[in-house]
Amino acid sequence: MFGAAAAALLVALALALTRACLGPTVFDRALAANTVGTIAVLLLAVIGFLTDRPEFLDLAIVYGLLNVVGTIAVLKYFEYGNLGDPGDAEEESKA
Amino acid sequence: MYTLSSILVLFVFWLLLSGNFTAFLIAAGAGSAIGVVLLARRMEVVDHEGHPIHLSWRLVTYWPWLFKEIAKSAWGVTKIILNPRLPISPTLVRVPTSQKSTVGVVTYANCITLTPGTISVEVKEGEILVHALTRESADGLLEGEMDRRVTRFEGRR
Amino acid sequence: MSVFVDAVSWACLIAGGVFCVIGAVGLIRMPEFFTRIHAAGVTDTLGAGLILLGLMLQAGFTLVAVKLAMIGVLILFTSPTATHALAKAGLARGLKPLLAEDRSKPSNP
Repeated sequence: MFGAAAAALLVALALALTRACLGPTVFDRALAANTVGTIAVLLLAVIGFLTDRPEFLDLAIVYGLLNVVGTIAVLKYFEYGNLGDPGDAEEESKA
Repeated sequence: MYTLSSILVLFVFWLLLSGNFTAFLIAAGAGSAIGVVLLARRMEVVDHEGHPIHLSWRLVTYWPWLFKEIAKSAWGVTKIILNPRLPISPTLVRVPTSQKSTVGVVTYANCITLTPGTISVEVKEGEILVHALTRESADGLLEGEMDRRVTRFEGRR
Repeated sequence: MSVFVDAVSWACLIAGGVFCVIGAVGLIRMPEFFTRIHAAGVTDTLGAGLILLGLMLQAGFTLVAVKLAMIGVLILFTSPTATHALAKAGLARGLKPLLAEDRSKPSNP
């Protein structure tokens, strides 16, 4: 039965990846990547139960944290062109 | 006060994550909890906004209502997605906010985003720009029940 | 473990999986960016919540259940933040949402 849930999650993962490949704008791809991250966290938790190894939950927690930081870092990069504060980019473009 | 409660929360978090209760691990956990909070104090991020303990007990009444709302609106979005005609009517709407503190406004914006069918796009002074999937969900938000509940949750200080 | 708890937990797992797939289908079907965010919201909230609830029922009162609850709270707090950042960045970069009705103008002359 854990297998059924894992299979459903894999199907959802494939669909989200399709959107990440199709996505006309970069934000569509970022959204799909965020969804892939959420599904991956759930998949890790389910696999932990499937193979009876609860250590996988720690991996899921870490992956959940990295997912958000990664999404926001990518967005900041596309919004400002760098990862620091927006002031730097303006000064560089003036120089 | 906030320093102490931060240390306590971090230490409990460590214990729950590790699951081993040997003397060395407990000492290491206490050490790192204190170290992290000292670093946070140097960065001056330990205050009532970063760690709102005064809100904790009101969660008990607010969260069940929020979960019910999330389930209801998620079911609505599910029906829309599965409908072959895809009956969406995207709407941009400005929702007024009545919260006094920053924490209250952020909570309200987060709850709007958390319920599927509405997302807060931009937070400004006294109002939130909301993108709604259908006209009905925008109207539901404008009725302001969530706004009132978040304000009550925020409480008076 | 009683048969009843087992049955409820399987139901939660299956329903959670179905909601995740529905959210991903919505991600494919919706016509443009802002509407796709709504579809992703179904996966993030109801799908994740039901799967974690099902796993928690399987685990019983142990540290494993506490960790699952932590993952749940983590997703609950971070997914709206990421979603809001996405929507705001999209609007700031001039992505025009497809609208049936725009009521954002009158209150902002």
